[in-house]
Amino acid sequence: MRLFELVFLNALRHKLRSFLTVLGVAFAVLAFGVIRTMITAWYAGAEAAKPDRLVTRNKVSLVFSLPIAYQPKIEQVPGVVTVAPGNWFGGIYKEEKNFFPQFGVKMEPWFRMYREYVVPPDQWKDVLAERNACVVGRKLAQRFGWKLGQTVPIKGTIFPGDYEFVVRGIYSGRDPGTDETQFFFHWDYLNEAIEKVYPGNGNRAGFFVVQIADPANGAAVIQTVDAMFENSLAETLTETEKAFQLGFVAMSSTIIAGIHLASVLIIGVVLLVLANTMAMAARERVKEYAVLKTLGFRGWHLASVIGGESMLLAVVGGTIGLVALLPLIATLEKQMADFFPSLPIDPLTFVHGVGISLAVGVAAAIVPARGAAKVSIVEGLRRIA
Amino acid sequence: MSEAKPIVAVQNLSKSYAHDGNAVQVLNNLSLDIPEGEFFALLGPSGSGKSTLLNMIGGIDRPDSGSVEVAGTDIVQLAEGALATWRANHVGFIFQFYNLIPVLSALENVELPLLLSPLPKKERRQHVETALEVVGLADRIRHRPNQLSGGQQQRVAIARAIVTDPTLLVADEPTGDLDRHSAEQILDVLGQLNQEFKKTIVMVTHDPRAAERAHTRAELDKGELSGLR
Ligand SMILES: Nc1ncnc2c1ncn2[C@@H]1O[C@H](COP(=O)(O)OP(=O)(O)OP(=O)(O)O)[C@@H](O)[C@H]1O
Ligand SMILES: [Mg+2]
Repeated sequence: MRLFELVFLNALRHKLRSFLTVLGVAFAVLAFGVIRTMITAWYAGAEAAKPDRLVTRNKVSLVFSLPIAYQPKIEQVPGVVTVAPGNWFGGIYKEEKNFFPQFGVKMEPWFRMYREYVVPPDQWKDVLAERNACVVGRKLAQRFGWKLGQTVPIKGTIFPGDYEFVVRGIYSGRDPGTDETQFFFHWDYLNEAIEKVYPGNGNRAGFFVVQIADPANGAAVIQTVDAMFENSLAETLTETEKAFQLGFVAMSSTIIAGIHLASVLIIGVVLLVLANTMAMAARERVKEYAVLKTLGFRGWHLASVIGGESMLLAVVGGTIGLVALLPLIATLEKQMADFFPSLPIDPLTFVHGVGISLAVGVAAAIVPARGAAKVSIVEGLRRIA
Repeated sequence: MSEAKPIVAVQNLSKSYAHDGNAVQVLNNLSLDIPEGEFFALLGPSGSGKSTLLNMIGGIDRPDSGSVEVAGTDIVQLAEGALATWRANHVGFIFQFYNLIPVLSALENVELPLLLSPLPKKERRQHVETALEVVGLADRIRHRPNQLSGGQQQRVAIARAIVTDPTLLVADEPTGDLDRHSAEQILDVLGQLNQEFKKTIVMVTHDPRAAERAHTRAELDKGELSGLR
């Protein structure tokens, strides 16, 4: 026998109590893992942004648009490969809860630039041939059961009116993180509709996506583009696609900070649960600690037995939580396919999960271990069990 | 018994406890010599300080003043760590309520004190088996304390006390919680340890039959020691 075996034997003394404590740690680590994975997925849109893409928009606000005539001017800037205008449409398909992003874009440059959106060549011909054709993401088509050739009615909100689009292309993602929930249609179709209802209000783009030859050259292109439109009626603000995406995400950063805080609180609660378990265990065993000290064991012997038990409970709980994370995230990935392109678990989550378990194990043992190390033999022996 | 040199020499020992603001003097300038190989019984009324004195001889409590020399070492002067090592090497404790670790088998309970020694596993096992044989429990090594009778638990406790071959055995009412028959068995074992293995034993007891087994008896009352024989 080694003194270390007492760690395991002690942990099994109150099986129900240990089991509940382990379960508590498991749930906490599981919750931490789920929250972390969701937050990572939330930012994944920005992560998927390519470094060779910039976005030019109205300097005042995204709400204001830019003249479409800017497109050829931006194309002239040295280092620029392609420019594609886009408009956020914001329409409603049947019901408001069926939300998905819709953009009126110049199809040809857009899909040349977004090479991670793969449209089969035979479909692509039909897309270009039809005025009100649309290209939809694979997951989006799945969500609403859309087939090629089907007509999708969408009610405009920013650009009021009843629009009808024909599904002519379904794109699938080239990379695992690619967003397959978007909806693209011809900018020209939207423009005609606007001109018809509000003459003189057309020929505008919400933003331009600008592909550059060399990502290292991005700063120079940004400067040139924005300088070009300085002091005009519609000044521009150009930034990397990633910065642009993060701008959207940042709007919800307060919510995310709140969620982060919640995950910290969960860890705090489970620390208290484990600390309570260890304090109860140590209190019950004061007499045994006194006996062990009588035999010649030192305070640090007892402290390490208590610390070992605490770490054992925490690590077993943490491991169960992390193992349970895999099937849970797989299920969530299916359930939330409409909102998150994918829910990959960051390997760091496992590292953090183990780290948190160990830290909670150590922290929960500090007070009872110090108490046991200090217990006076005579006082301990007098204690009635 | 005065011809043998004392293995325990207590000199001018005082100990008081603060109680409700005023100090209660439990031991007052007490001196006591116990020769090597002695079987010494300490008697006295409840609350007279017997356990307090025994605890100081065994090095688990400290006096306010005075000295306790055991085999030439003044243990009062030892620092905490040195005292713990000294206890591990020189004293075997036997308590009234056995105080075994409930999750450990008889074998493991007896092995506990040896975990502090550098002995390899095999030798530890031999020592443990020898100790359990001496107390007549070689056939119960796998039993947990709750699978043993009170008398058997106390014999395991004695095995734990002798497994390191200590200089001194201290026992605080070792038969106090046992029936007549079990008590006799425990006293037989203690007698054998004293006779055959030449162990010095200091035993606190209320039990006249236990006291009879000892060679020397002393009574502690109102902080004073008086020899009975
Ligand atoms: N920690 C303590 N605090 C206060 N008083 C104490 C403490 N420990 C012992 N005493 C007092 O010291 C006196 C002697 O106690 P001790 O346990 O040595 O008596 P005892 O002779 O062993 O009694 P018993 O035969 O009942 O075991 C008692 O009056 C007790 O109340
Ligand atoms: Mg007593």
